Amino acid sequence: MPTLTEKKTTRSGRPAPELIFGDLWEYDPAPETADPKLKARYDLFINGAFVAPKSGKYFDSINPANEQKLAEIALANKDDVDAAYAAAQRAFDTTWGKMPGRERAKYLYRIARLLQDRAREFAVAETLDGGKPIKESRDFDVPMAAAHFFYHAGWADKLEYVAPGHKVAPLGVVGQVIPWNFPLLMLAWKIAPALAMGNCVVLKPAETTSVTCLKLAEILQDAGLPPGVVNFVTGFGETGAAVTGHPTPAKIAFTGSTEVGKIIMRSLAGTDKKMTMELGGKAANIVFDDAPLDQAVEGIVNGIFFNQGHVCCAGSRLLVHEPVADKVLAKLKNRLKVLRVGDPMDKNTDLGAINSREQLKRITELVASGVKEGAELYQPPCKLPTKGFYFRPTLFSGVSMSHRIAREEIFGPVLSILTFRTVEEAVEKANNTAYGLSAGVWTDKGSRILKMSTELKAGVVWANTYNKFDPTSPFGGYKESGFGREGGRQGLLDYCQLT
Amino acid sequence: MSGKSSQAAFARLFDEVGTVDSVGVEERVAKYTTRSIKKAAKVQGLKLAASMIDLTTLEGKDTPGKVASLCQKALHPHDGLDVPQVAAVCVYPSMVRHARKALGHDTGVRIASVATAFPSGQAPLKTRLAEVKAAVADGADEIDMVINRGAFLAGEFAEVQDEIAAVVTACGDATLKVILEVSELETYDNIRAASFLAMRVIRENDFIKTSTGKTSLNATLGNNQVMIEAIRDYYLDTGIAIAMKPAGGIRTAKQALQFLIAVKETLGDAWLTNARYRFGASSLLNDVLRQLEKEKTGAYQAPYYFTEATESY
Repeated sequence: MPTLTEKKTTRSGRPAPELIFGDLWEYDPAPETADPKLKARYDLFINGAFVAPKSGKYFDSINPANEQKLAEIALANKDDVDAAYAAAQRAFDTTWGKMPGRERAKYLYRIARLLQDRAREFAVAETLDGGKPIKESRDFDVPMAAAHFFYHAGWADKLEYVAPGHKVAPLGVVGQVIPWNFPLLMLAWKIAPALAMGNCVVLKPAETTSVTCLKLAEILQDAGLPPGVVNFVTGFGETGAAVTGHPTPAKIAFTGSTEVGKIIMRSLAGTDKKMTMELGGKAANIVFDDAPLDQAVEGIVNGIFFNQGHVCCAGSRLLVHEPVADKVLAKLKNRLKVLRVGDPMDKNTDLGAINSREQLKRITELVASGVKEGAELYQPPCKLPTKGFYFRPTLFSGVSMSHRIAREEIFGPVLSILTFRTVEEAVEKANNTAYGLSAGVWTDKGSRILKMSTELKAGVVWANTYNKFDPTSPFGGYKESGFGREGGRQGLLDYCQLT
Repeated sequence: MSGKSSQAAFARLFDEVGTVDSVGVEERVAKYTTRSIKKAAKVQGLKLAASMIDLTTLEGKDTPGKVASLCQKALHPHDGLDVPQVAAVCVYPSMVRHARKALGHDTGVRIASVATAFPSGQAPLKTRLAEVKAAVADGADEIDMVINRGAFLAGEFAEVQDEIAAVVTACGDATLKVILEVSELETYDNIRAASFLAMRVIRENDFIKTSTGKTSLNATLGNNQVMIEAIRDYYLDTGIAIAMKPAGGIRTAKQALQFLIAVKETLGDAWLTNARYRFGASSLLNDVLRQLEKEKTGAYQAPYYFTEATESY
């Protein structure tokens, strides 16, 4: 295996030419200044109203960029979850479940438009709460969340075409638990198809990112959504267990770690509840020697450093064809030198804050294991803020399949680089993982793209691009990355019963 | 050359220098347009842009008087804004001596002349070389030539390179800028390949340039990106630094800043100088001045303070 180290001198012995990415023309801070309109304290959203938790307890949500308290969030216990499910069942029996699809569509359109109206406010709130760069929440999270509501609004009066030859009916009440990496977007992925199909919802956001969920509750009120159709209960793992373990829901939809997904699946074994699980990933991004390399490098960077690598489908394993391995690594290093890491609220920031101290600890620990196991580490010499949770974009070269950093999901800005020689080896290495959520293929050869896309065991295979999402496109995994699909017609089918 | 061998020639060249994915390039450059350049960084960037302008007039109706006023503008873009001189004036060969008279010697503003039967290049090589020599003899410091697009598209790369090499010789000490005329090369693959063909026969600090400004599509962030990536790859390979000049279609200060962001994030600080990067433009200068005045006073300027018509320089 080539060592992938940079040559420091040319053949003639002169120092190798290098690019200077210095401070000759430094960008001034460009902070986004819109008011996120946060409340000091957020209650639970049950039966169309904000209600105090029965326990009377609240926990702090902090801004990971500076560790300052953002708001207090209600801690829901089992009784609150009971109340939420009771409200959802009542709404399903009396209003939502009986409403014609064309009427439900109007509410979804209204939610989508209200979200667009307040897009800037939501983007700022999302960035403050989760640490992602404002340019991502502004250009991706919020518009994509609105797009999901629009798309499913369009379906609500056309459900007879979801499964031709069948009649479709809602499942009833569904319980949903979502992660902290795309708080608002995951919420939209979950509730938009459920509502379009006529289901009612009890949803728990992640404990570190409840703010935009509860802000969306304000939009649901403004949209006049009937009470109880959507209920939000906030809290930690215990609250989540109460949501997934409750007898009322006909279906549990979970997005999160494979570890927690397995616990939920065990707890639901033997019940008649339907499930969809969207779990972890360790995607292979495969670059062949005939790929357009500069665009591949851009795709690799987008694949692993988008949202600080807190992406279940992140391209965290780079498989690069041996003839171009040195070249790709050199290009990647130069590209990393111009990534801007820092204050997520700055419009020029490319990598924001790690979501929580706990996640930062996990990333740090796995990176240390990579160094210990002998992989070669590269980090650009960028300055990090002193307060808050930050991690430099990291490359590991000389990685082999037995390294922990090649097998475990790091969920951070850390790329493990492996090499391959033949197409078969690439497929074998890509599929040699417990996960199977996504993959990327970079080549100029169309036939190779088609071959790879059939042989890669991954729910999504991107060709000459990476991390592209659309409400019309189903998303979901193979193997321990879960089952069920979200988005598109297939996503709707997971929220209905067919007769 | 027959169709088949020209196809083989392209295949070999692409294989050698690599290909470009157009969707990926456009996605990359779209990110430059979301950069937010404020306050001191904006003023610095605008002044840098002004110093990189090749203030251009290339019209059939050019007169010595018009060229003289252009030169005056080049030397003193504005009285109150502390704006540097532009890099050069760019004129037709027949106007070079008038420009030299207007600028004098040792003023810092260089004289660039298009030559080689600009913009089509459709004249015998002998005529094109004679034009280059005449322009240099009249006082041109820089020559902007066009490549033989017909030969390039036919896969006759040696002919393209031989002609460029002949112009290099004809230039003597003058700096050469090689215009690829990107809109006639049609694909990003071709633009990258042509960049390499040119870079391999020109000298350090000679330029490659996007376009003549005489066709429908001129400099875009996309073709600028493809060319500066080619320059970067060639530099890292050989240590020879080639300069870059996007030309045509860059009319606003905002556009100029986006091009400079591309340079900063692709080639780095060593190219943020008018020795390595130029804008071929005419109306751009007044928009830069307009924005600098706005930064200074906080007020947007009425159109009659800074005209958009280059005739009024």
